[in-house]
Amino acid sequence: MSVRSKIAEQFQQVAKEQDRELLPLSDEVKLVQSGLDSLSFAIIVARLEDTLGVDPFNTAEAMEFPVTFGDFVRLYEKVAK
Amino acid sequence: MWESINAAGQPGRLHAARAVVELDGLAHGSVFSGRLEELRDKSVLLAAKSQLTAALALIELDGVARRMVLCPPDLSAAHLPAVMQGAEVDVCVRDAAWTELGALPVPMITAEPQLLRANIERRRSRATEWVLLTSGTTGAPKLVLHTLASLTSALPDKRPADTRLWSTFYDIRRYGGLQIFLRGVHTGSLVLSDPAESVVEFLARATAAGVTHISGTPSHWRGALMSGAAASITPQYVRLSGEISDQGIIDGLRGAYPGAIVAHAFASTEAGVAFEVRDALAGFPAALIGAPGPVELKMVDETLRIRSPGTAQRYLGEGVERIRSADQFVDTGDRLEERAGRYHFVGRRGGVINVGGLKVYPEEVEAVINAHPWVRMSLVRARRSPITGAVVTAEVVLAEDAGGKEGRPAPDALTRALTESCRRVLAPHKIPAMIRIVPALEVSASGKLVRPVA
Repeated sequence: MSVRSKIAEQFQQVAKEQDRELLPLSDEVKLVQSGLDSLSFAIIVARLEDTLGVDPFNTAEAMEFPVTFGDFVRLYEKVAK
Repeated sequence: MWESINAAGQPGRLHAARAVVELDGLAHGSVFSGRLEELRDKSVLLAAKSQLTAALALIELDGVARRMVLCPPDLSAAHLPAVMQGAEVDVCVRDAAWTELGALPVPMITAEPQLLRANIERRRSRATEWVLLTSGTTGAPKLVLHTLASLTSALPDKRPADTRLWSTFYDIRRYGGLQIFLRGVHTGSLVLSDPAESVVEFLARATAAGVTHISGTPSHWRGALMSGAAASITPQYVRLSGEISDQGIIDGLRGAYPGAIVAHAFASTEAGVAFEVRDALAGFPAALIGAPGPVELKMVDETLRIRSPGTAQRYLGEGVERIRSADQFVDTGDRLEERAGRYHFVGRRGGVINVGGLKVYPEEVEAVINAHPWVRMSLVRARRSPITGAVVTAEVVLAEDAGGKEGRPAPDALTRALTESCRRVLAPHKIPAMIRIVPALEVSASGKLVRPVA
């Protein structure tokens, strides 16, 4: 399973758990408009750290905060390599 | 102490793992090999690995020593100098098993694990100060000053008519265990626990001795229920204290001991015993707050305050805070929340998880998880989050069986079910982001869940 599909799966899972309607996930979808709130993202990031073994937000280097779903996926793809 | 035990007639027994000691043997025997008088009017550090030695020494020293410091067996050698200085220790009593004391600047007397015949005249010359050690937030123990009067204030005035055999999972040098020790020797006999024994072995020994009254923390009791040996004892009275008793553990014990009173008590080393609840419901009736009586409870800033004859006098040492406020109330630091006419403990002030500015008390979430029939115990903690500062996570220990229910569900199904039950009653930020099933959770020497320092 690719990093992208693992991330998409978490988005869908958390949306379901949090009872939120998730927009269809395309690269252009803005996270803030995706239907998820900050708690949902906190949960997604924590779970991805467990499944992918990385937390790209926890880095000493300056990071660009993801704005779209595409940014979010690339952030993980970059550190998961 | 000896006078009141002796005066009551028929002194009881102390049942230890390797020996049973008749307390009337103290009339002509001693653990001090005839050196008790050297301890008169002294401040005595009591460092015994053996609970039996410590128990006998406590009875002998009360009314004789000026002060005695009850060292729990896991006291770190690194903290010893501060303890000795704080309590102005003149002499140290140790047993042969306490080997890590090293060279001390005070005389040392070795106590025996049994009563040796001695020509002894027991004479009470003073009210001895009892000093208990309790963990501070920094790790160094705090020295809490009690007297026998404050320690026994929650005991019944009269010896009960029935013969009681008490036991406790606790070490008797800790407040919860000391309460049971005092009940044991004042109202019957006592079975001491032993760190070398498994829960199964301890319960088997308690059963063989005929235990009728037994006490432990919710974590102790979850361990007992998990051991499969809980049903080997048939007590009349089961007591929970030292941690929040949720409905899950109360119901678990009611199921295991249908003929017993299942009581949960609130006490702390500083505040003493506040109350005992016997209605098998978690929390306590709201009417206890403000009710008149020797033990007075009030709530200030959502935390419980207690004024009673059972509270400690003060902390020993320099530059320490006060235990009692000007109006003699002790702030327990335990937070309360009212739900349907009862107050529930929702954790300690400061033990709060902050999820994006919203507070979560781990105990509140644990209570929901622990209510599931397949859950034995759980630990809810903060996990750092780059998004909300923290998220809530839970580690869960499963039960061996669920009271006749069908086979254990698959881990995935179980964690989903737990998340679902949290969702039904808890706000979204309180629902664990992750639930992990673990084989065991660490329980401290004092019988409480080890919580990571936030």
